Amino acid sequence: MNQHSLPLFEVFIRSKRGLDHRHVGSLHAEDPAQALDYARDVYLRRSEGVSVWVVRSSDITASQESDMASFCDPMDDKPYRHATHFKLPKEVDNM
Amino acid sequence: MTEKNPLADPRLAAFEEKISNDQRIEPKDWMPDAFRKNVLRQMSQHAHSEVIGMQPEGNWITRAPTLYRKIVLLAKIQDEGGHGLYLYSAAETLGTSREEMVQALHDGKAKYASIFNYPSLTWADIGMIGWLVDGAAIVNQVSLQRTSYGPYSRAMIRICKEESFHQRQGYEATMVLARGSAEQKAMAQDSLNRWWWPSMMMFGPHDSESAHSGQSMKWKLKRESNDVLRQRFVDQTVPQAEFIGLKIPDPDLKWNEERGSYDFGEIDWDEFMQVISGNGPCNRQRLQHSIRAQEDGQWVRDAMHAYELKRQAREVA
Ligand SMILES: [Fe+2]
Ligand SMILES: [Fe+2]
Ligand SMILES: [Fe+2]
Repeated sequence: MNQHSLPLFEVFIRSKRGLDHRHVGSLHAEDPAQALDYARDVYLRRSEGVSVWVVRSSDITASQESDMASFCDPMDDKPYRHATHFKLPKEVDNM
Repeated sequence: MTEKNPLADPRLAAFEEKISNDQRIEPKDWMPDAFRKNVLRQMSQHAHSEVIGMQPEGNWITRAPTLYRKIVLLAKIQDEGGHGLYLYSAAETLGTSREEMVQALHDGKAKYASIFNYPSLTWADIGMIGWLVDGAAIVNQVSLQRTSYGPYSRAMIRICKEESFHQRQGYEATMVLARGSAEQKAMAQDSLNRWWWPSMMMFGPHDSESAHSGQSMKWKLKRESNDVLRQRFVDQTVPQAEFIGLKIPDPDLKWNEERGSYDFGEIDWDEFMQVISGNGPCNRQRLQHSIRAQEDGQWVRDAMHAYELKRQAREVA
């Protein structure tokens, strides 16, 4: 038996109806059904949530933090995309 | 049908209980067919509105009075495209594809907000759309952040974060005109005259006349009624108009001390019915443009798909 050959799964839990699933950790399992059981056994022991997703880690395509500068422009040079950029007199400022 | 009696179907009883406890319904939960249809109708209609709503504003990108106003408008319209995407993908959790929803729009089977069937005739209309149309949309959307369908609620929360910019840029652009030359002020007033009533119509028919409202309220898909939301919009907008010296085109508008709210005149419901049944000033143009944009973009999707097939074939080989 070789533990290391088991694929890795990422675990996401919805803590409460209405909220997004959030990443809580990962685990190894033979297949998705087993991963779901393991996730229940490990991550859901204290009513942490109402729903679990497991996803094969190899199915996740991720950006690299070191590449962010060239990959994603936060457009800080375009402040007009923020509500606070538009100065309004205080009488009408509550919009 | 056993669905009629909650006791007869435990799934329905569980659903009703979640609703009455203010819980959100999530995609994998069992839900009555009528609920699924109702959310899908509401969400797809909302998604279509975001996308079709880009047209009256897009009309002024190339003619914005300054480069500054142009980049602001571009950024605003880009947000609206994103709102369409949030809403289409949230709606897809109900098991209907975006292609099907867009097809229903193009076949004239799905609706979008009637306001976007009015033309944007002058630059002042761009400020007016941000101030009034986004303003009215915000009143509605803030309320919908608590809608009972989880993905819809989360999409609304995301969208509301971006809307404040839309309304503020619109009001600010209107304020500049209202404080400008006599002609500029007149242009702003003319625009308010044309957009006020269509904006009031955005909240839909009176509660007593609204076909879907009663059931949507029971299911907490809608949290507040059309008339309540419309009143809120009037109460917040009137002082904003007064502040920049513009006059709301409603002779019956007056402050009601007792209610602590503004009384206002009756909407022209014949006009409303005309516009939602396809006979507004721009209905045909809006739909044709949307269909043409879809068709014109087909070669790009085809090319991307061909490339993907080629890439997969290379991987296998
Ligand atoms: Fe929007
Ligand atoms: Fe919207
Ligand atoms: Fe907007």
